[in-house]
Amino acid sequence: MALRATRDNLATVSEPATTGATPSSASPLLDIRNVAKSFGKNVVLRNISLQVAEGEFLTILGESGSGKTTLLRIIAGFEAASSGEILMGGERLDRLPPYQRRVNTVFQHYALFPHLTVAENVGYGLRVAKLPPQEIATRVEQALDMVKMTAYSAVKPAKISGGQQQRIALARALVNRPRLLLLDEPLSALDANLRRQMQVELKSLQREVGISFVFVTHDQEEAMVMSDRIALLRMGELEQVASPREIYNRPASAYTAQFIGHTNLLSGEVKDGVAHCQSLSWRTGLRDGPGLFSLRPENIRLATGVSTGAAVRFRAKILRQAFHGATELLQVECADGLLLSIRAASRDNWSGDVDLEFSSADAVPVRASEIQQPQGKD
Amino acid sequence: MELSMNQRERTVPTSRWLPWHAIVVFAFLYLPIVTLIVYSFNGSGVGGFPPRDLTLNWYRQLFADDAIWTSVLNSLLVAFAAMAISLAFGIPAALALDRANFPGKALFRRLVLLPLILPGIITGLSLLMLFQAGNVKLSLLTIVLGHGTALISVATTEVFAGLQKLDRTQEEASLDLGANYWQTFWRVTLPNLRLSIIGAALLIFTLSMDEIAVSFFLIGRDNTLPLEIWGRLRRGITPEINAISTIIFIFSLAAIVTWYRLRAKAEPELIL
Repeated sequence: MALRATRDNLATVSEPATTGATPSSASPLLDIRNVAKSFGKNVVLRNISLQVAEGEFLTILGESGSGKTTLLRIIAGFEAASSGEILMGGERLDRLPPYQRRVNTVFQHYALFPHLTVAENVGYGLRVAKLPPQEIATRVEQALDMVKMTAYSAVKPAKISGGQQQRIALARALVNRPRLLLLDEPLSALDANLRRQMQVELKSLQREVGISFVFVTHDQEEAMVMSDRIALLRMGELEQVASPREIYNRPASAYTAQFIGHTNLLSGEVKDGVAHCQSLSWRTGLRDGPGLFSLRPENIRLATGVSTGAAVRFRAKILRQAFHGATELLQVECADGLLLSIRAASRDNWSGDVDLEFSSADAVPVRASEIQQPQGKD
Repeated sequence: MELSMNQRERTVPTSRWLPWHAIVVFAFLYLPIVTLIVYSFNGSGVGGFPPRDLTLNWYRQLFADDAIWTSVLNSLLVAFAAMAISLAFGIPAALALDRANFPGKALFRRLVLLPLILPGIITGLSLLMLFQAGNVKLSLLTIVLGHGTALISVATTEVFAGLQKLDRTQEEASLDLGANYWQTFWRVTLPNLRLSIIGAALLIFTLSMDEIAVSFFLIGRDNTLPLEIWGRLRRGITPEINAISTIIFIFSLAAIVTWYRLRAKAEPELIL
């Protein structure tokens, strides 16, 4: 059931640039420069600058209301930016109407045309481009083959399932060989199993066709699984843009640390290269003054053997445990009342006092995020 | 349908008089029409009960009656022309109401409904005065203009309702796939409005076919069918009129069934 594409049947990976001069591989495919958007007094996006490289899978991640869909709609051409500019391959994109952009979109609820069959839906873009019927037929067939939907070509969209509609929406967009594919939470309407399967398939499809994907989601797990880079958007501003590993291991802000995965936020004082948070203290590169640190639950281990000195060791009492399948998330309380989450091996009854330790390097200094913190995400 | 009825009977206590009540309502609605149809086959004309000696004589007489058929032709002509005029003006008006923002939009929206609410006598009289002021000779054309303007509101409201139900992301998807605004309108918007437009057309057609009040004021030398029938009634009822009415009834029934089928095919969930 895997989506698949071969280079010759779908996208020509290295199309000659229409201008004649091949742009250098270093220049980004999409260059968003200082884009801002407001609806009346409501500021939705401020000062967004973001590049998407050729063949990159970039995820715009954010809560609802963060402006991620608006940013996508500006790239697609359905909204005009209030200020700033967008370039594609070095040329202004934001001045073109949506139908002249070599950008295609997979909509959240697919937006398939109900009055057309599956094959007619997929061939829509090719028909309006007035391609020869023979070429349309072959390309539609290849695109349907790519998403394993050939058997449904004569069916109307209302007769197929959500997951199948999803595949048709994908085929309908990719058959036009866009330079950039935009995906607006395309998996959110699918059930959990299908969603996980589609995450893997989408990612491998993107690798094969080599088209840049800009994927919008509110699901941090989805973003981690699929992306080359994640752009975390918060209240209309970019919080951090980095690879999933970097954004997880080195979150720049308290918001990032909390939004992506679980974390313990430790607020302390730094003095002479040592951070103090209640009875805990560890070495840090921060200058003297107040400091905020993110310490992932899995970086706190049960201490065994003799203290090596490199690790910060402390004793805590287990308050409760939450079963997460392979692991347990334990809530522990240090002697001074500091509450921490730690991840431990799955076991039926964690209780009592335990010795714990973490490495100084794992306490990552983060920028404080003003206004309310999001609720812990699972 | 069957199932849900049974379930309802079990859960909600219903009076055993309810079926009788329904029969009485149906009789009240349809007895006149049944009478009309039966007497169109009655040998001894409109008098006498019960009807005796069934005959097709009235139909034979009807088919030989040129005046009736000319009026039928006139009515069809008027109805189709009125349909074309009201759709040609009504569809853009609905689009403007749905998409554009302009000063006085709320007022326009209410005013567009006015011809539908206004008594036909007022519409007819005012149009007559307008035509006379403009020195326009009364003819079928004036009736067409009268029906066309009065029924624009039907086209506008029907199509506007259709536009409100339309999923706008489909139009965005079309633009996204390279179709310009005009192509998007023809390939996506209009096909999605197909049902509303057919519905409006059928409604306009039937309303125009049996319109009397406006036509009465604007009639020239050529009669429409309702006016022809009305004219003959003054000389007394003849079963010939029953016969033509029966034929009209059958055609209306066919139109309703067609409409229902179309709708059921397009939106099965809306049909009981």
